[in-house]
Amino acid sequence: MSFDAANLLPILPEIAILITASLVLILDLYLKDQDKGLNHSITLIGLVIAIGLTGAVGGGDAQVFFDGNLIRDPMSDLLKGAILIVSVLTFIYARPWLQDRGMLVGEFYVLGLLAVLGMLIMVSANGFLTLYLGLELQALALYALVAFDRDSSTGAEAAMKYFVLGALGSGLLLYGVSMIYGATGSIEFAPVAAAVAEQGISNKVLVFGIAFLVIGIGFKFGAVPFHMWVPDVYEGGPTPAVLILSSAPKIAAFALAVRMLVDGLHTLHPDWQGMLVILAVLSMGLGNLVAIAQSNIKRMLAYSTISHVGFIFLGLLAGSEQGFAAAMFYTIVYAVMSVGAFGILLILSRQGFDAERLEDLKGLNDRDAWYAAMMALIMFSMAGVPPTVGFMAKLLVLEAVVRIDMLWLALVAVFFSIIGAFYYLRVIKFIYFDKPADDAPALLTSSGVRFAMSLNGLALLALGLFPAALLSVCQAAF
Amino acid sequence: MIALSDYLILGGLLFAIAVAGIFLNRKNLILLLMCVELMLLAVNMNFVAFSHFLGDMTGQVFVFFILTVAAAEAAIGLAILVVLFRNRRTINVEDLDALKG
Repeated sequence: MSFDAANLLPILPEIAILITASLVLILDLYLKDQDKGLNHSITLIGLVIAIGLTGAVGGGDAQVFFDGNLIRDPMSDLLKGAILIVSVLTFIYARPWLQDRGMLVGEFYVLGLLAVLGMLIMVSANGFLTLYLGLELQALALYALVAFDRDSSTGAEAAMKYFVLGALGSGLLLYGVSMIYGATGSIEFAPVAAAVAEQGISNKVLVFGIAFLVIGIGFKFGAVPFHMWVPDVYEGGPTPAVLILSSAPKIAAFALAVRMLVDGLHTLHPDWQGMLVILAVLSMGLGNLVAIAQSNIKRMLAYSTISHVGFIFLGLLAGSEQGFAAAMFYTIVYAVMSVGAFGILLILSRQGFDAERLEDLKGLNDRDAWYAAMMALIMFSMAGVPPTVGFMAKLLVLEAVVRIDMLWLALVAVFFSIIGAFYYLRVIKFIYFDKPADDAPALLTSSGVRFAMSLNGLALLALGLFPAALLSVCQAAF
Repeated sequence: MIALSDYLILGGLLFAIAVAGIFLNRKNLILLLMCVELMLLAVNMNFVAFSHFLGDMTGQVFVFFILTVAAAEAAIGLAILVVLFRNRRTINVEDLDALKG
């Protein structure tokens, strides 16, 4: 079998990230402690190059390459771009925190870049094998990132819980894959889809396999009842690691769900729809209700993630092109909101102190009015208040659900999102209507962080006012 | 002649033992790591059985990748275990209660 070098062209973004990760890994050995900032610069340059390459090799119809193991289509272009842009923001926000604690080391950047590489591979996977390898590359890097602060005992505990439940999720997913391989005789999505269309639900092995796949997806998204790891990891992990794992991996998990359920098993939509309905209702309900009771803001955001996952599932379970586009829109918007919210927490932290309690946000308006405005935008967007983009995202998934005549589900979603608005607005109350603590020191920030955060917050507003641009790209992907 | 269903039942049993071990075990974290490995091996059993009876090599290639990933996963798991032990001086599952999950 001969190798065609043209195969390498569509994976140039992945190659750029891999080279950057290797470069940082080697260069870090020779850098003195005061020069470690170079790691940061190289990482950002690598990510920007990868964004450029994604744009350069992207566009046009779907192409399959590497003997059917990888695919490049409009969906992979958009999701890759989103993952890379969110990652750039992540690394910019994380830097002052790391520098402040003398943790600005190469390992953080290498692990972060490898996680990004894993996500890119997941997004462009065209078979179960590639998907699994990308998933594991991402997951293994993230486990290590959560344990990154070696002297933190909560960090180690969070990493252990994340590891065990993550491995359990991968195991369940793989068991489902093995069943589907047995029923269809292939691990590539197109042949699987053809075999499934032929057999339908008469093949019980197939339906058995799908149940495990959906459970695996539930674990990776953190949907109820497979959410046990989410609050603990968010609370215990170092904030920069949580920043990384709360944003871009959700986009990758969305790709995981779409590739398997839509590309591979769309014919069995009635079977997986019912399972997703259960996951979505439970996630929205439990996420929003439990979040109200939290006094730790990282834990509150963890439950808020769980409820947003419920909304993403609403779009997926609709099973229509419009539903998938809405879910994709929601996922990307969620990643941008999440990265902003944790970015603000990083700005509020300083050496020996992490902003973790809701009270730590008190009087942010008096300390820095601009960051307070950005945080307010993010919270309004998460609550789904117009004109921010969170409203558009919720509207689109609800529309998708109503169109398949599941009005009750849309009503449940609206009910829980009204409950959810309470705890987002409580954060805004702390920011604007409370006085800061007397001993509150200066914020930990830099001009780069200020610029990125402004971009992040205003993007939520701009996308809310002009959603057509992003939405049309999302719709073109299906 | 051993039928395909026999292999699948064995795989299913191994898998069930592994999952039960993860949820029931309250003593030792090392045991948890062993259960994770056992789970992946149960999947491998399925893949090899299907691969043989379908006459298709893909499943066996998949098994090699799973074995490799399992090795990497064990390495990371043990590394996290060492960090945990250094901080806590214990690897008892019941002592992992600083976070209220």
